[in-house]
Amino acid sequence: MHVVYSLGDRIFRRIVTAGAVTSLLVLALIGLFLFARGVEIFRDMGTKFVTGTNWTAGSEDGVLPAEFSIGPMLAGTIVTSLIALFFAVPLSIAGALYIEFFAPSKIKSTLVSMLDLAAAIPSLFFGLWGVQVFSSMGERWAALTSNYLGWFPLFKNELDIFGRSPFIAGLVLAAMIVPIITSVSREVYSRTPRELVDSCYALGGTRWGAIRAVVLPYGRSGVVGGAMLGLGRALGETVAVYLLLNLVFKYNFNILESEGGNIASLIATKFGEATPYELKALLAAGFVLFLLTLTVNMAATAVVQRTAKAQS
Amino acid sequence: MNQVGTESKTSKENGIIMNEISTSGITAVAERSLGLETRGLHAWFGSHHVLSDINLQFPERSVTGLIGPSGCGKSTFLRMLNRMHEFIPSAAMAGEVLMNGSDIYSPDVDAAAMRLKVGMVFQKPNPFPAMTIKENVLAGIKLANLKVSNHDEIVEKCLSRAGLWKEVKDRLDASGGSLSGGQQQRLCIARSLAVEPTILLMDEPCSALDPGSTLRIEETIHELAEKITVVIVTHNMQQASRVSNYCAFFLSDGGPGVLVEADATRKMFTNPTDTRTADYVQGKFG
Repeated sequence: MHVVYSLGDRIFRRIVTAGAVTSLLVLALIGLFLFARGVEIFRDMGTKFVTGTNWTAGSEDGVLPAEFSIGPMLAGTIVTSLIALFFAVPLSIAGALYIEFFAPSKIKSTLVSMLDLAAAIPSLFFGLWGVQVFSSMGERWAALTSNYLGWFPLFKNELDIFGRSPFIAGLVLAAMIVPIITSVSREVYSRTPRELVDSCYALGGTRWGAIRAVVLPYGRSGVVGGAMLGLGRALGETVAVYLLLNLVFKYNFNILESEGGNIASLIATKFGEATPYELKALLAAGFVLFLLTLTVNMAATAVVQRTAKAQS
Repeated sequence: MNQVGTESKTSKENGIIMNEISTSGITAVAERSLGLETRGLHAWFGSHHVLSDINLQFPERSVTGLIGPSGCGKSTFLRMLNRMHEFIPSAAMAGEVLMNGSDIYSPDVDAAAMRLKVGMVFQKPNPFPAMTIKENVLAGIKLANLKVSNHDEIVEKCLSRAGLWKEVKDRLDASGGSLSGGQQQRLCIARSLAVEPTILLMDEPCSALDPGSTLRIEETIHELAEKITVVIVTHNMQQASRVSNYCAFFLSDGGPGVLVEADATRKMFTNPTDTRTADYVQGKFG
């Protein structure tokens, strides 16, 4: 059947289509630009670019060859983000449940607007707060963890120096992404059908029982979506990690030790003084980060769709 | 005080026919000590007075229909019988709801434990979407942390009592949402029965269902009333006359809802005391 739209409808349709196409086009162009500028590096370094541990600009006379690889930075990106998620998700779920189900109605709306405000704080301030305020506390926590759990490889620390570690950076990132995850979670929890919660109460359930039986399963896909938004921010975080971590090109999976870095902070650190060839390597690193973020988001969408389908 | 159930039933083949007046009010109360009763019940939403001074007794092991036009407060009244009213932020109440002779609103009552004894079925069928049929039936047991071992037995018994067992016995692990609307509502009834309530409150349980499903639910209600006390809100006069043994007529003339009259259903429909009841059941308003 051929549908005839009115002139107004046609114009409106063009405008919204243009909007949708533009955002996709910009995304594609960014990816293309990063790839085009970095392709020389990928050709020169091969897969070693993402696994190797050496970042040397080389000498100008070519005696010392330039070699670029981002293995530790890629690992650092993932490690700090996972630490952030590990702390942020339970905290956010608890916060969202409190605001939605336990907070007195007088302060509820204040809490909600404060939360949205907190989600908009520039990450620079989290970085500064992390360096100036949180680090000393984080170091004590790290020392305690190492004392009691040091036998576990993840928490091993032979140097007894606990500052500027992926653990502390991850905690600061957690603080940074808690507001956005809480905000999204609270929103989905608030949409739990009232009659489902009521049936739990009518069956003799407590508030916690209703939350466990109905609210948490109902909100699961939304919370995953919120967590992925937070993860996206953590993966791409530049300034906070730049301020909090020593850039060291060595794989570090002992998260309490003072070595680390992530791709975004690598780019920020090296960009100013980069040689033309190194610049290409930085853009190639950017392309890897771009792919990583895209993959995470696509995986998240898949998870959300699968749970949504299972529920219906 | 309005007393429904000053008559005792001897025959209940179709749930409506009953013998008239045999016991005096006082002995009737003593005999019904396990019943449900409200005394001087008032309800407010904010400053809006929605129910005024409701005194009503619900005879045990029978069906009491709450009837009246929209907005007369009958659903609010129903929700006060298991303290669901208090979940609405601006809601307030006064008076007593006596269950087994003690006030369910007294401070030392654990509301959640009390609700185990007073089941509720809602207007819209609402099985838990993330659970299977079996899990739905057992949801109350899990919610209340009841220690029971014979899960399969409970599932079969409750689904049978709700008239759903034959239809779903081969697909207990299917999602509750895969059932038809009427089946979902019977699943919700089975779910309420699993915690063995002595009272079942039903808030227009058939208003979202087709006539066939409605009939099935009404049959179920008749069977349930052999063992437990059922209170049902209904807009449908035919349903009230088919399904209830007693009726309570609520009315609001712009002010708070009041209880106009409560009596045996047959009397309410054939020879009511109040002319407003007569007008309403004959469909002159509402």
